[in-house]
Amino acid sequence: MTEEPLVRWDWIARNWANGGPTAISALLENHVVMAFLPVLFGLVVALPLGLACVRWRWLYQPTAALMNVTYSLPSLVLFSIFLSVTGLTRSTVVIPLTFFALAVLIPAVVDGLASVPDPVRQSAVAMGFRPARRLLRVELPVAVPVVLAGLRVATVSSISLVSVGALIGQGGLGNLFIDGWQRQFYTPIVVGIVLIVLLAVLADGLLVLAQRLLTPWSRARRTA
Amino acid sequence: MNWLADFFGDAGHWSGPDGIPVRLLEHLEFSAAAFLVAALIAVPLGMLIGHTGRGALLVVVAANAARALPTLGLLVLVVLLAGVGTVLPVLIPLIVLAVPPILVNTYEGVRGVDADLRDAAYGMGLRGRQVLFRTLTPVALPLILLGLRLAAIQVVSTATVAAFVGLGGLGRFIIDGLATKTYADVIGGAVLVAALALAVQFAFVLLDRVAVSPGVRQVR
Repeated sequence: MTEEPLVRWDWIARNWANGGPTAISALLENHVVMAFLPVLFGLVVALPLGLACVRWRWLYQPTAALMNVTYSLPSLVLFSIFLSVTGLTRSTVVIPLTFFALAVLIPAVVDGLASVPDPVRQSAVAMGFRPARRLLRVELPVAVPVVLAGLRVATVSSISLVSVGALIGQGGLGNLFIDGWQRQFYTPIVVGIVLIVLLAVLADGLLVLAQRLLTPWSRARRTA
Repeated sequence: MNWLADFFGDAGHWSGPDGIPVRLLEHLEFSAAAFLVAALIAVPLGMLIGHTGRGALLVVVAANAARALPTLGLLVLVVLLAGVGTVLPVLIPLIVLAVPPILVNTYEGVRGVDADLRDAAYGMGLRGRQVLFRTLTPVALPLILLGLRLAAIQVVSTATVAAFVGLGGLGRFIIDGLATKTYADVIGGAVLVAALALAVQFAFVLLDRVAVSPGVRQVR
């Protein structure tokens, strides 16, 4: 018996886009959607919640504690619990991952707003900024680096965690792991790992780029 | 809620080789073994890198790689490559995933100690190693413990997924329940693992209270 190679390129070529739901490209597409929706939902919820936690400090302690507890739960546990509510659908993966994203993003928003130096805030007040405009034009932009650092962590974790969803049949590229395991066949597993890591690196790079575009002043200061 | 009653009310789940007590012990055994090995590798390495400043790039790469690596894929690949049936191959990915959080936080902790404090220690006549153990370590302890906590939770969680590649432990209830569509077992297992994860979290909060010097806590 010849040794099974780690990667069979012909298998990849045949299965990249075979038109079926198990084509690698279809799984990749699925994976991207299931990884990004939670981060998007998480950000949409975390911004107002984070603002509320800054405005009413007493809210932060219980929120942080709750998020800490959520974050310590294994993803498979949350998937299993939501399985009884949402069944074998994408939501069973997307909803728990949204909670994980929130657990990272709420502290990021709160810390980001706390990182705004007091003199900056006071200057804005002195220049006649009203609270709402001050928040949008001064405080949030200054908070961008901290919020984006959280967003990077949330995005990369989300991309890798989706694959655990394969255990309940909704794992995007993670389904390749199950396939490879059942057939004792390395290629799909290697393809899955490589694509997930590449996807994470790509998303992370895009967010770093976004930070450069959103905070032009930090570059100006560095070159000065 | 009926599922919970079905699962926990079933006397068969409380005894025998696939009962809750045995599975819990298995889970704790694997997790503790992987966690200890990871801590023995990562804590000294993180302290060394933080103290000497050499190899910081390694830490950054490890941190990012660990977050991006899919747990399930790593488990499946390592176990297939190393051979199915024994426990050791399953422990490798558990250790690999537990090392980075400890390494990063230990490094950050030691690195982040106030330079004045470090200088004062040297000024009082302490040598390199004494500075590391008597000054840097106690001050860095909160972050080291945070790293250990994150790693412990990661191990408990990965050990659950590892039931898929044949590891025992509480994950068996979830994986087998999914395979046989016995949702009572899935939910019951999930609740047990959740309780275990929270217990680990709580244990580390207590450890933090006991181990961290009150002076250090005040500064934070």
